[in-house]
Amino acid sequence: MKLIYHLSQIKKSDQKLVGGKASALAIMAQEKLPVPKTICVSTIAYNVFMDETGLRAQVLMEYHRKPFDQMRWEEIWDCSLRIQNMFVKTPIPSTLVAPLSEEIDNFLDKRAVAVRSSAVGEDSASASFAGLHESYLNVKGTQEVLEHIKLVWASTWSDAAILYRKEIGLEVEKSSMAVVIQELVQGQESGVIFGRSPVDKSKAVIEAVYGLNQGLVDGTVQPDRWMIDRDSGKIVSHTPACRAKAIVSASRGVKIINLTAEKRNKPPLTRHKVKQLFILEKRLAKLFGSDQDVEWTFDEFRLRLLQSRPITAIAKNEQIDDRKWYLSLNRSFDNLVSLRTKMEKEIIPAMVSEAESLKRIDLKRMTDEELATEISRRSDICEKWKKQYWDFCIPFAHGVRLFGTVYNRTVKPEDPYEFLELLAGITFKSVKRNEKLQRLANKLKEDKSLRELVRSGKLPEDSIFSEEVAALSEELGTPLSGMINPAQLQAKMVEFMIEIAEVRHVKKQQKVRTKSSLEKRFLASMPKRKHAFASQLMDLARASYRLRDDDNIYLGQIDRQLLDAIQEASNRSVTVSKMLLDISRADEVVNCLRNPNYRPESRKSKPIEVRDKQVLPRQLMGQPAGAGYATGSARVIRKAEDLFAFKKGEILVCDAIDPNMTFVVPLASAIVERRGGMLIHGAIIAREYGLPCVTGVPDADKIISTGHQITVDGYLGIITINRNSV
Amino acid sequence: MEKRTDLRRKLKELFDKQRIGVLSTQKKNRPYASLVAFAVTDDLKSFVFATPRTTRKYSNIIASSRAALLIDNRSNRMSDFRRAMAVTVVGTVRELRKSRKSRLIQLYTDKHSHLEDFIKSPTCAVLCLEAKTLHVVDRFQHVVELHLNK
Repeated sequence: MKLIYHLSQIKKSDQKLVGGKASALAIMAQEKLPVPKTICVSTIAYNVFMDETGLRAQVLMEYHRKPFDQMRWEEIWDCSLRIQNMFVKTPIPSTLVAPLSEEIDNFLDKRAVAVRSSAVGEDSASASFAGLHESYLNVKGTQEVLEHIKLVWASTWSDAAILYRKEIGLEVEKSSMAVVIQELVQGQESGVIFGRSPVDKSKAVIEAVYGLNQGLVDGTVQPDRWMIDRDSGKIVSHTPACRAKAIVSASRGVKIINLTAEKRNKPPLTRHKVKQLFILEKRLAKLFGSDQDVEWTFDEFRLRLLQSRPITAIAKNEQIDDRKWYLSLNRSFDNLVSLRTKMEKEIIPAMVSEAESLKRIDLKRMTDEELATEISRRSDICEKWKKQYWDFCIPFAHGVRLFGTVYNRTVKPEDPYEFLELLAGITFKSVKRNEKLQRLANKLKEDKSLRELVRSGKLPEDSIFSEEVAALSEELGTPLSGMINPAQLQAKMVEFMIEIAEVRHVKKQQKVRTKSSLEKRFLASMPKRKHAFASQLMDLARASYRLRDDDNIYLGQIDRQLLDAIQEASNRSVTVSKMLLDISRADEVVNCLRNPNYRPESRKSKPIEVRDKQVLPRQLMGQPAGAGYATGSARVIRKAEDLFAFKKGEILVCDAIDPNMTFVVPLASAIVERRGGMLIHGAIIAREYGLPCVTGVPDADKIISTGHQITVDGYLGIITINRNSV
Repeated sequence: MEKRTDLRRKLKELFDKQRIGVLSTQKKNRPYASLVAFAVTDDLKSFVFATPRTTRKYSNIIASSRAALLIDNRSNRMSDFRRAMAVTVVGTVRELRKSRKSRLIQLYTDKHSHLEDFIKSPTCAVLCLEAKTLHVVDRFQHVVELHLNK
């Protein structure tokens, strides 16, 4: 059982034991190429760890909780978080610690190292795990190295790695991971050589930054780029970077520093060094038999090769593009901080002012042609904001994930979602709105004559109460625009208030108490020098958590302005009034206004599948997204009008809750959602109200009907349908 | 949503592959479980099995004809938690008249030819569990019911 290999001991046939990176390093070292001192912890160690601790069985249970094809990206991230937390919590067994420590001790000899992944399967031009697994720089001491080996092992189960393995057809269940421990080179200039440019095959690309390579790899530092003609070896172009920062070693780990004025004005490589690197890549391409993607660094004295791998040829298709977009969400802390500024200072205020300026336009005074033009304009505005939402709002939500990852690695909690407790209790826009609703409901409860009046369908004239009801109807109008007129909406809302007056929701006080102790625990788990970073990260995560929810409401308000314009068209055109109004039909509405003879294609709403009376689902599996347990009558929300039929104590069942729907949540005893994830709105709002919640239940809103007695087990993620009630 | 035809096909495959199930019976509030070799009709309504009349299960069935039969494909490995499927058949047991023409007995001996002599014995009873509901569990906790008389 060979746990550790020195590069000189690795044979070509050992690739499955040492992984792609170590194997390539061994070939280079054996060719006397300048490779830093390196040892490799073999996959045997990973497998012993998995089997001796029982982790393999636990991981597979979690991984197979739901068929992979039915999982959304968010659910894959959740699955990965749970699995990686299992690694963090599980100590390396003594049978491994003793032999590993001895070898690592001998190797370290007080020097700092980089601990890097060396994935098995990364051995051909069809697979590259570049950037999918973790690497850690400047790790010191055997104990820390062991902990980081475990983190690299855990990264076998990162969401990116799971997705990629699935995509290239590797069996995720059989994954294993070797780990490279490499002497840390204090790189002065570092970068990559790409033997063949992905956009122009006749060119090679060299990218370089000051300091360590990590800045280039994770996108924190912009590199200078040289294009070289592969045949002549001539430098064809040099694109200088906006040089400002570098990543360098700190006392532990790495830090970002500002470059000196001299370095800002000087490219990190001379033309001579660029050519030296190009020649080196040619040699490596010959050695490995294919064009290479090489990581290198110059220390004070000479060039060192950190790794070399074949350039991967990946077929372009839509699915891969989607995956790339998903993976691009993985942002660094710095990136998220600037994204926050953009969100708070630019995007959200602009969304609010856009909605307000649209609201001020008097649609009634427009001619039909003017209204048609206005609808087209509003449709473009909605598209613009939808794009902004995808480009900025969704990536910013990654702040919560980053915090979760850091929290779990440092605190090692039993519950991988404990970090959410630290984010809870933030005043969401939707929660604030619910509080307004509750206040009005309380007024009804306290004032008998007012209650009698509104029960008879009237509102008191010239009263603050009536004004507040009108304002709230306006606010809540978004999901119902086009389906219900303002007077009906107001009447429905008053009925709903009478119902809600019966409930006084008590927020979990316990959460408030544990929050401060958890915060202390988080800070205590970090070294003192990182406390400032920990606090900043927590603050960022809170903003990310809050905005993740609120941005939907702001976007909804802009959509609402388009719906209002469509509603105005519906008042004028008989054809439009017969259409089912939604913003995706704006073009047809415009045509109707411009051409009275235009007839839009009729769109029938998809019929709900008739249930087979013989096959009756009894227990449905989803993701546990809010701890707790409740039994009650289901209320399935298929359209916005269903919301007002909601009765106290019912269980809210729907395809996907959006923040515009959450005013019914205080009445609910539990939430069930087809869309999966721990950080989706339904799960967030359930936690705010302390409700049991299960998300990611396939076909939940089709299988369950209003009136079914169901039990929601928010601990295990199970919904049970009580057949006696059906 | 699981379609009836897909579910029936999956069940038929399972029942054809499995030879033995666990029969649960009870008498006077005393539950009991035993292994039985079974065969099933294509409509999944009749599960045939045999037992000597001296057994506890037979005595229990005479006292209370309601019974359950568990049929599953576990392999006693960790992968069972994600791959195994288990079906609990719930219904009423009746004894079959032993006749050469009996389609159900023929079905049974076709599947378990080595038990032909066993069932010929006058002390052996051939029984049929008339299924009402099949409770199908897969993926650890995913449960669907197939109601045969609806």
